Amino acid sequence: MIKNSAAEMAQSLASGATTSVALTQAHLDRIADVDSKVRAFLHVDTEGALKQAADADAARARGEKLSPLAGVPLALKDVLVQKDVPTTCGSKILEGWRPPYDSTVVSKLKNAGVVILGKTNMDEFAMGSSTENSAYGPTHNPWDLTRIPGGSGGGSSAALAAFEAPLAIGTDTGGSIRQPAAVTGTVGVKPTYGGVSRYGLVAFSSSLDQAGPCARTVLDTALLHEVIAGHDPKDSTSINAPVPQVVAAAKSGDVKGMKIGVVKELNGDGYQSGVRQRFEESLELLAQAGAEIVEVSAPNFEYALAAYYLIAPSEASSNLARFDAMRYGLRVGDADGASAESVMNMTREVGFGREVKRRILLGTYALSSGYYDAYYGSAQKVRTLITQDFNNAFAKCDVMVSPTCPTTAFKIGEKTNDPLAMYLNDIATIPVNMAGIGGMSLPCGVAPEDGLPVGFQIMSPVMQDQRMYSVGAALEAALLSKWGAPLLSQAPSLGGAA
Amino acid sequence: MSALTYEDVISKYEPVLGLEVHVELNTNSKMFCGCSTVFGAEPNTQTCPVCLALPGALPVVNEKAIESTILIGLALNCSIAPFSRFARKNYFYPDMPKNFQISQYDEPICVDGYVDVEIETDEGPKSFRIEIERVHMEEDTGKSLHVGGSTGRIHGADYSLLDYNRAGIPLVEIVTKIVPGTGKYAPEVAKAYVAELRDILRALGVSDVKMEQGSLRCDANVSLRLIGSDVLGTRSETKNVNSLRSVERAVRGEMIRHAERLNKGEKVVQETRHFQEDTGLTRSGRSKEQAEDYRYFPEPDLVPVAPDAQWIEKLRASLPERPSLRRKRLQEQWSVPDKEMAAMINADVLNIVEETVLLGADPTKARSWWLGEISRLANEKEVAISGLAISAKDVADIVALVAQGELTDKLARGVVEGVIAGEGTPAEVIASRGIKVVNDDGALMAAIEKVCSEQSETADKVRNGHLPAAGALIGAVMKETKGQADAARVRELLLGHLGQAAN
Ligand SMILES: [Zn+2]
Repeated sequence: MIKNSAAEMAQSLASGATTSVALTQAHLDRIADVDSKVRAFLHVDTEGALKQAADADAARARGEKLSPLAGVPLALKDVLVQKDVPTTCGSKILEGWRPPYDSTVVSKLKNAGVVILGKTNMDEFAMGSSTENSAYGPTHNPWDLTRIPGGSGGGSSAALAAFEAPLAIGTDTGGSIRQPAAVTGTVGVKPTYGGVSRYGLVAFSSSLDQAGPCARTVLDTALLHEVIAGHDPKDSTSINAPVPQVVAAAKSGDVKGMKIGVVKELNGDGYQSGVRQRFEESLELLAQAGAEIVEVSAPNFEYALAAYYLIAPSEASSNLARFDAMRYGLRVGDADGASAESVMNMTREVGFGREVKRRILLGTYALSSGYYDAYYGSAQKVRTLITQDFNNAFAKCDVMVSPTCPTTAFKIGEKTNDPLAMYLNDIATIPVNMAGIGGMSLPCGVAPEDGLPVGFQIMSPVMQDQRMYSVGAALEAALLSKWGAPLLSQAPSLGGAA
Repeated sequence: MSALTYEDVISKYEPVLGLEVHVELNTNSKMFCGCSTVFGAEPNTQTCPVCLALPGALPVVNEKAIESTILIGLALNCSIAPFSRFARKNYFYPDMPKNFQISQYDEPICVDGYVDVEIETDEGPKSFRIEIERVHMEEDTGKSLHVGGSTGRIHGADYSLLDYNRAGIPLVEIVTKIVPGTGKYAPEVAKAYVAELRDILRALGVSDVKMEQGSLRCDANVSLRLIGSDVLGTRSETKNVNSLRSVERAVRGEMIRHAERLNKGEKVVQETRHFQEDTGLTRSGRSKEQAEDYRYFPEPDLVPVAPDAQWIEKLRASLPERPSLRRKRLQEQWSVPDKEMAAMINADVLNIVEETVLLGADPTKARSWWLGEISRLANEKEVAISGLAISAKDVADIVALVAQGELTDKLARGVVEGVIAGEGTPAEVIASRGIKVVNDDGALMAAIEKVCSEQSETADKVRNGHLPAAGALIGAVMKETKGQADAARVRELLLGHLGQAAN
């Protein structure tokens, strides 16, 4: 049951073949079996999940009109607040905090009857590409427990790959949905910036952060996308326009006559040979499905990483200023007339991890008077150039594609002392955030040299998210008929009861 | 105390002013969330995830605050930017929940305006133009209450309490360009500017403009330069100036303090200073020598403000009459002498007098009630006139009753007193106190006959043609009728009764 897709589970629920309580319990059992190895979850809300499941079953029994995903379980990245459920963002500074309100994404999930199993692990405040920066220890890749599951949303993607949940929510600031999807052999989508409300998403970099759907199939991802997307008056940057018809696109999977632009700059040197091989084969399958493959150039992408590491830390340095021990979260050193200033200092010293501190320092420096123009100012100009690159390329094609990551999953600990090597993981995903467009990663095979999953990235213009779903569904169908079974069937079983 | 006189200062130096005024808007909800803005609620009862800066919460701009700010900009003759942005001003302070303030930095909503103010000079009334650099929007901080220690300040306190009800209240900051050329009138010009601003804001209805409650706060920047020099001196920035009178005192005091330092060959320190109401002096605050770096950058959680040109024109068309023009118009319409006009402005009764006149009262009568008896009672009770329980309608009714002969001036004073004492409307006071003019000739004749028989000697004098003696009899009759009679009628009837033709 737990290896089915969310769409199949929804069907079983609709037909009465199973109940949400049974389905939820099956996933809770799976978590109990395997999560001591995977460590995808920071908090499992057993009681809350079973209650939501019972509510969904009751609503179904009353004959209420239900959303397509009603009663299906989901794993929530621990950066989105859920009322009364601990939210840590992978940080010690928020340990024990129970938010008094629901994020808009959570409200929409609850309204749709989706069952929230618990909160998943992540790099602290979403800063990282491996979940090794979580204050609560790393998550392990179900394909190889000695390897990273990607980051920052490694917990969500690992939960999917380990069949601990059929659906998950991630957030993507520079690739935190797509890179974990790529290295775990799952699907992840970063919608157009403003497509999904950020209200209740604990901010890392406000102008780049975007919550999005994660699942094991393109259709499941689309179904979840339509549940969480839409305009929200509580988020000024949310787009007031109809949600793109992504479910219809995922169902049809039609790419006939579509022009697919291969980004010249996101392929070649620095990309693992097996990654390139699977990517090229995928292009061929898409061509066979009726798409036209063209090459497009994005000359300014080479500055994207540098600009990203100025903009994101700058915004983070300001966003994280609120963690000051005054109103919530950790408080250290509050004794014997200690001043507010010293309590703030001690709390931030103890509460934040190394990577978070590194980025606060970077950002504070980049925004300082005298440096602002050279750093933050220049980075914003690069951002404009990258957007122009996308606009120029989208004049010649409907979607752009690239490998999601230069390599497959690396070993836990391999890059922890080399931040720059770590940052390079996101070289192909960051431009999408810089331009605020949509991006998807779906599995396109395993690299022959290491047997680990490879991600295929599809990028679509602002509010044209349905295009990447069309292409993703077409590729997924072609690969499935080639493989005969989903890629995840090749992953180790983890010894669970399933 | 200072050895220098003000005359010494201005004979050598020219003051240069700069004024920053913060205005709390009177919107129903806060700048970036739906919380109430009502003053004086229990601490931390008007808060939500947004204004407490809970993780994940996002700001949304209050449209009404933007409208109010545009109105202010238009009334100050500013251009309204077709595109402006919010920015984050980053600094740590416990009463600022996000540890940054959402403000506007290099892209404010209103720029380049002016206000003309008129003051009395030795050569008669003179107008000064104060140029406005910018008007921008921001949010207020919470309040810290430092408990323990002797000073009420953070140093030496045992602990501090934080109230976030004020956090996020919409503020508008109005910044002047430097104001040179006011010479010895700098203090008066500064005061007149703040007063004019207050009147404009009140006329717009966008703020309570209560300096004592902090809804209008002024920071006065003062520097001196040698007369004839075109090099600006170092300025000090005086905060905490909470009344119009204090604006004038603070500027004057800083001019003298700067001159004393400069005369001794000392430098003026660029710093924030706090005005002390009791002494009229300023005390040093935080030094700005190491300028604080606020790391401003565009607020990524908010989209730029791009007001529609048509909307701006609609707002421009809705602007009320400029207060200075209104004052001139009313003075003319009511034929008020300059001195009386100044008295009305000072006593802040112009609005209520106008209201009373609009309800049909004679302007001179309306003015004399508000400025005379009612002001006196307000002083006696040590409250503002607006705090008294008497309305323009009440006064208009009383003026009408006097005109109809239903009340004498003396009786009317009693009615005013009754209304203020909370005894009800003028009609209710008249009824309950049994006040009425006695104009029943029969009742008066009875009183006259009684008095004349009691004081027959005096009555005889009058009978014999000694008319001045009638005064005593009239007084006695008035006493007999408890002051409710019309004295002229009494005289007429008395003289007739004693065989003398009334004249
Ligand atoms: Zn609020």
